Amino acid sequence: MADLFRKLELDLRLIGMLAALAIIWIGFDIFTGGGFLTPRNLWNLSVQSSSIAVMATGMVLVIVTRNIDLSVGSILGFTGMIVGVTQAVFLPHIWGFENPLTWVVAVAVAIALGALIGALEGMIVAYLGVSSFIVTLGGLLIWRGAAWWVTTGQTVAPLDKRFIPIGGGIEGSIGATASWAIGIVAVVLALLVMQMVRRRRLGFGFTVRPLWAEVFVAALICAAIIGAVVVVNAYDLPVGVVRQMQAAAGASPDAPLPEIAHGFAVPVLIAIAVGIVMTFISDRTRFGRYVFAIGGNPEAAELSGINTRRVLTMVFALMGGLAGLAACISTARLQSATNATGTLDELYTIASAVIGGTSLAGGTGTIYGAMLGAVVMQSLQSGMVLLGLDAPLQNIVVGIVLVVAVWLDTIYRKHVR
Amino acid sequence: MDTTTSPLVDMRHVSIAFGGIKAVDDVSINLYPGEVVGLLGHNGAGKSTLIKILSGAYPADSGEIFVNGEKAHIARPADAKAYGIETIYQTLALADNVDAAANIFLGREILTRWGTLDDATMESQTRKVMARLNPHFQRFKEPVRALSGGQRQSVAIARAIHFDARILIMDEPTAALGPAETKQVGDLTLSLKAEGIGIFLISHDIHDVFDLADRVYVMKNGKLVGSARVSDVTKDEVLGMIILGKCPPAAIPGPGAVA
Repeated sequence: MADLFRKLELDLRLIGMLAALAIIWIGFDIFTGGGFLTPRNLWNLSVQSSSIAVMATGMVLVIVTRNIDLSVGSILGFTGMIVGVTQAVFLPHIWGFENPLTWVVAVAVAIALGALIGALEGMIVAYLGVSSFIVTLGGLLIWRGAAWWVTTGQTVAPLDKRFIPIGGGIEGSIGATASWAIGIVAVVLALLVMQMVRRRRLGFGFTVRPLWAEVFVAALICAAIIGAVVVVNAYDLPVGVVRQMQAAAGASPDAPLPEIAHGFAVPVLIAIAVGIVMTFISDRTRFGRYVFAIGGNPEAAELSGINTRRVLTMVFALMGGLAGLAACISTARLQSATNATGTLDELYTIASAVIGGTSLAGGTGTIYGAMLGAVVMQSLQSGMVLLGLDAPLQNIVVGIVLVVAVWLDTIYRKHVR
Repeated sequence: MDTTTSPLVDMRHVSIAFGGIKAVDDVSINLYPGEVVGLLGHNGAGKSTLIKILSGAYPADSGEIFVNGEKAHIARPADAKAYGIETIYQTLALADNVDAAANIFLGREILTRWGTLDDATMESQTRKVMARLNPHFQRFKEPVRALSGGQRQSVAIARAIHFDARILIMDEPTAALGPAETKQVGDLTLSLKAEGIGIFLISHDIHDVFDLADRVYVMKNGKLVGSARVSDVTKDEVLGMIILGKCPPAAIPGPGAVA
């Protein structure tokens, strides 16, 4: 069995996580009498996981460098308020409501502001030598307070019509055709990348997977992508919405209503794009290599001539920027900016990264693991909601699962080495 | 060895203090091309601190460093590497969580034309340099943490010699090694010396140093006791320098020598 996995060069931890996720999904589906594994629930699950998944990718790098960021939830809250005020107050003063550029500026402001806050915290950690736990604990209080200050606590609504799709919902679903297009492009790209990597390794005379294993892994990846498209396309828009759309298109009220699928939600596509970019950054760039080297041995990284302080500052800036992007997703999903948005998100983000195999001792962690961790956390929560569990009980279960997951991971690490 | 040219490295009157304690006090040493120079002394004598100044890990409080007769400014490890000074640290200074290639190229990664890491080229070069040091080494894909002491040492040495070092600092290179591996490092030292590389060998094993070095410097309590050609002195005399700070007649006494 172990030999089989070695041939496939599959990550055992990844398989473990997928197995755990499968158990959770199937378990909830049984207990809810088939209410969990429905296109509708899976679609909602994907949307609800997006914001935390985006932030978890950045948290991996923070934790890999032996640091922590407790302020991401508050940064999300503060940048979310600024996003709201930017599109509902500042920009309308300049060019009125519903300008096509409003949402672009708002998103850019959120990401830039988040990155700036992150860079500031990172500089205090890296150059002044204050522990990141304290700096970001301070940040947690400061930015949550700042979020209230933006409007002295008032909720900002309504938001720009072109901004709302970032949060998903009916406006933020791309439909069946576009979903198929994305699915097919993803399959083609995945196959091309796999083939490129294999050819390159062969060119250097390195060992590669046996061809049957390569084909098997490729088939699994393609099946997963196509499966996701089928699921999101099986979730139809509500009848009322379709009727309105028909009426707006001038169809006769008696005509039979077509079935219109949701397709992928925009925030999910954003999260996947972020995951791909962050994986690229962590695996294929110098910066990513330095992040892991610093986590493995800070002194060695320093002696190798790496500017470790600059790298640390950049890691926190990146985390802040991602919190700004997550703020756009959360705010657009609520269709309003409130100063409480993102409360406790720092803990869910850290938990996702840790459940996804990121070691708090530093040096190890994967982007895909953290994103899967976010899905696991969200699955637990939405499953318990479907079961009608009270919120306090939900928290107790999530807390227990977090501790058990990390304990299992500790055992895994001991046995693998 | 060629002493008619200017020295490869000339450290003059170098001092550094940590919290009021002079770890290195007015020490001057030099190194010529193709020469192996031993740096001896007890633990805490200041040997490692002195070479960490040369490798850029600590900036000196005072004193000057000349490389090839020209004044060198070494404030950071990257500066030292730019002068062709490579260091094999006693602690090896490896990032345990990444593989051999990532360690060897740490801070000097080879990039593709798109600016991404060129792992395949780095692995291929790693295979070449490791084949020279440790022909049986095959664990290129594993994190360095999983390697044996000797294999880790090979990775640290490979990192130092792969980038055409002209000056090599070896801080206790054989401390963690068995007899066969120690001999391998000795052979490597001599072949690098034959290529004209200057080598500082820091050790507290006097036998190692006598086997490999042309000259020795002895330090005690941060000060230079003196220097001697290995051919002019006996091991007992050098031990006297290390333990008592007493210079034999054939040695050149330094500021730290007792009368």
